[in-house]
Order: sequence, then structure tokens, then C-alpha cells
Amino acid sequence: MFYGDVQVVWDVSFSVGRGEIAALIGANGAGKSTILKTISGIVKPAGGKIIFDGKEIQHIEPYELIETGLAHVPEARRLFVEMTAEENLDMGSLKGNAKKMRADSKAMVFELFPRLKERRNQLAGTLSGGEQQMLAIGRGLMSKPTLIMFDEPSLGLAPILVRDIFAVIKKVRAEGTTVLIVEQNVKQTLAIADRAYVLATGKLVMEGTGASLLDDEHVKTAYLGV
Amino acid sequence: MTSVQLEVLLQTIISGIFLGGLYALLAIGMTLIMGVMKIINLAHGELMMVGMYIAYALFSFFKIDPYIAVFIAAPVLFGLGVLLQKFLINPVMKVDSILPENQVILTVGIGMVLANLATIFFSSDYRSTPVTYATKAWYISDFWKDSPLELSISLPWSVSFFFAILITAVLWFFLTKTDLGKSIRATAQDNDAALLMGVNVMRMRMLTFGLGSSLVGAAGCLFLPIYYLFPDIGGQFTLIAFVITILGGLGSTVGAILGGLVLGVFESLTATYVGMGWAPVGRFIIFIAVLIFIPGGIVSLFKK
Ligand SMILES: Nc1ncnc2c1ncn2[C@@H]1O[C@H](COP(=O)(O)OP(=O)(O)OP(=O)(O)O)[C@@H](O)[C@H]1O
Ligand SMILES: [Mg+2]
Repeated sequence: MFYGDVQVVWDVSFSVGRGEIAALIGANGAGKSTILKTISGIVKPAGGKIIFDGKEIQHIEPYELIETGLAHVPEARRLFVEMTAEENLDMGSLKGNAKKMRADSKAMVFELFPRLKERRNQLAGTLSGGEQQMLAIGRGLMSKPTLIMFDEPSLGLAPILVRDIFAVIKKVRAEGTTVLIVEQNVKQTLAIADRAYVLATGKLVMEGTGASLLDDEHVKTAYLGV
Repeated sequence: MTSVQLEVLLQTIISGIFLGGLYALLAIGMTLIMGVMKIINLAHGELMMVGMYIAYALFSFFKIDPYIAVFIAAPVLFGLGVLLQKFLINPVMKVDSILPENQVILTVGIGMVLANLATIFFSSDYRSTPVTYATKAWYISDFWKDSPLELSISLPWSVSFFFAILITAVLWFFLTKTDLGKSIRATAQDNDAALLMGVNVMRMRMLTFGLGSSLVGAAGCLFLPIYYLFPDIGGQFTLIAFVITILGGLGSTVGAILGGLVLGVFESLTATYVGMGWAPVGRFIIFIAVLIFIPGGIVSLFKK
């Protein structure tokens, strides 16, 4: 994958099994976000295939992808800051079935994050960092995805909130949604991941189950700092 | 202050508010386009001129009232805006060029072409639209016999103002209560995030340019019973819309409404107390003062 003429990701091939939590870890600038953006069509790959649910999706227009059941909770949240929390949730359910189920999905999100219910009429830009992250996750869930991709959902959150967010991610999977997560918070991520990949400067260098990577000497020194 | 002086002051402020309402409609269109496309549409006043000529032609040939013409000119301008966006502005947006603002320069070209086409079809003569109610007015004493002050309200100005409010209210409803309207706002706030939500951003751009054009076309019809019309009338209105957009805070609809009212009242005061020809000077004083003292525009004053 390229930005302009600069290639930042090479020959990356990986898969996520249905109902799994898969994790992608790696240093800053390794290309993790670029991979997620490529899957959701914001960055066009120079070559290769992306297969989702048995179908090639690399040619699908990015705005049509959400209807295939793919949701992307982007890095740095990317909320619609001049809209209320509730309007942000509405934006997550613009299409097809998700639109019909809007009221139900909203109730589900509010149950997951009671804070959001209290703050539903507040502008997203004025929410606290933690609330914003909850809203970003909630907005992603509003489309009733079969695969949801989280890009650094714990970024900038206090440890206690990080724990809550990881608990929510486990819950999302428990309810049948496949999860692909990109994280700097390597220890907690590997602890919940069924499968994990390590990316270094645009190339995959290691893969395995979350538990096996957690014990790996290289991962320990390079990413866990022990 | 004598009661005559008070009457003059109130009369001036009322006229200013009426003018401001129309200015607001003019500027909301530019603001919407600015928000979604991140470009300043320097053909905005010329699109208004097109709306005015449509209403003028409908009146001259078919005796259709300018207020009815709103319902014809607005859809026509919508279509024109969509086509301009699709076939001229979009292709230029995709090209990397040495000029970072080449779409803005393109809008200048579009404006020139529209003004020249108007000259070809209608000549450069000044036109007026002799509606029967042009000089009719309402007087306070008609409603309230013993009113201590006598104020008059021009009929076309008040009807135009009423239409401007109505259109703004419908637009507000559209932008805040419908999924399509919310998608437009979302696109303005974060293009990529909107894509991820399934918003067809390219279509929103066309829709927005169409919407902005139809609003300014409607404003043109509302100005017609009040103003003279000539092919180069657009330039000054582009400038007015631009000043209001800066005054209101780039990209803010509420700011455009407030900015429109402020500019309208300010110009009206300048015209009464300094002199008719001084309104454009007042406009520039406001423009420069805003850039220096409230660079975020009026809306920034309300935030924190
Ligand atoms: N729009 C862009 N234009 C040019 N280069 C880019 C662009 N976006 C990202 N890059 C570069 O691509 C590389 C990979 O970026 P990416 O955002 O995918 O990293 P990341 O693994 O997500 O890092 P982080 O953990 O810091 O979020 C980086 O070197 C980055 O500078
Ligand atoms: Mg990243």
C-alpha cells in the first residue's frame, strides 16, 4: 500500500476467523492504521485481494462497504464533533437494515454505555476523551456489523477505562461479532486475542495465538518492555 | 432624542434587519458549499444573478410574480449547481496542480462566463421588474391608531424577508432532522469518517453545490422586486456573501444568519447616517475589523 509514491506496507497477508478477536500489533508507524484503512477502502491498495465473507471487496466503493457488514472505528475517534452524541449514533445506522433497527441498536448502545445515554444531547466535541471513545465504539456498533475493526480504542484513556473498553470488546465478540483490533496496549490486547499478528515497518514478522505471543521473548522485549 | 430621530433610527434598524434576512439566505448557500467542499464559491453572486434573470424573464414573458418564480428558479439553479459540481469542479478537485486553490479560481471563471452569457441574452441594460406592489407599504398607524411613533414597512421587503425566514426554517429542518441533511453536515465535519458511515461523499458534494445554488437563486428572486438588475450585479453579492461568511465564522450556518443580520443592520445604519454610497465602505470596515479582532467569526464568541 502506498501514500503517493511512498510504499508503507508490503505483502501483508493475514486472516481473521469468524467469531474471533484478532489483533494487529506493532510499533508506531508500522502501518497498522494503513492496513485498516485499506480494508475499509479509504486507501486503495496497489495490488492484492481483500476477501470478506467469501467475497472480494477491494473494488467496492468505501461508502458501500458498511452494507457488507464491515465497520471501522477509526484511530483518534473521528467523531462528528459539531453533532450531538445521538446524531453521531444515527450516522452509524444510515443504511438498510441498520436504519430499520436504529431505535433498538441505540437502546443496546445505551445499555453498554449508560454514560452516553445521559449525554445524548451533548455535542460530541464537548464530551470527555473516554466518552468520545465510547461514542466512537457505539457508532461503529450501530451498523450491526459482522466484523468490527478497532484502531487503538484505548488511546489516551485512564487504566480503569481501558479495562472497561476491553471488557466491552469481549462482550461484542461474545454477541457474535468478529473483531479485528489494532493496539499499542499490547499486554491486554494479547490477553483477549485468539490470534495475533506483529507488524514491523510494513511487513508481518510474526503470528500466533495471543497467549503464545505473550510468552514470546521477542515480543516481550520489543513491545512489552520486560 | 426627538421622536422623529427615534423614528428614523427604528426605521433604519428595521430596514437593516430585512436586508440582513436576505443577506443571510445568500450567505447560507456559500457557507454550506464552504463547509462541505472547503472552497469559497466565488461564482455565488453570479448564480444569484442567474436566479434573478430567470425570475425577470418569467415576469416579462409570462407575468409570473417573482415570489412564485422562487419555486421555478430554485430547482433550476439546483440542477445548474449539480452540473457545475459534477462536470467542472469535481474533475479539477481530483487534479494535483501547482495552484492549491485551483477550484476557487475555477469558480471565478464560472462567474465570468455566467455574467457574459447574461449580457449576450439580456444585454447590459439595467432592468427593473414593475410589480404592482413595488411601492406599497404598511404603516403602524393602520394597525394602531394612537401609536406615538409612525413607522412604515415596505410590502416587498417584508414579503421577501418572510420568504427568507421560511426557506431558512425549511433548510434548518432538513439539515438537522433528516438523514440526508445530517449526512451533509457529517461530510462537512469529517469527510473520511462520513465515508466509513456509508455516506457517498461525492454525491453529497453535488447535492450541496446544488442546494447552495438553489438558495442563492431563491435569494435572487426575493431581491428582484427591490433591486435593479444587470449582468454584473453578481460581483458585489459574491463579495457580500464572502464578508458574511468570514463574519459568521467559516462554515457555520448559524454564523451566516447572525452575520447576515449584523451586516444588514450595519449597512442600513451607514446609509442613513453617513450617506447612501457609503454602505460598501462600511462592509469593508466590518470585514477588516472581524479579521483582526474576531478571526473565528461571530460563532467563536459563543464558544467558551
Ligand atoms: N496520508 C499519508 N501520507 C503519507 N504517509 C502516510 C500517510 N498516512 C500514514 N503515512 C505513513 O505511513 C506509515 C504507516 O502509518 P500508519 O498510520 O499505518 O502507522 P500505524 O502503525 O498505525 O502507527 P501508530 O501506531 O503510530 O498509529 C507511517 O510512516 C506514516 O508516516
Ligand atoms: Mg495507527
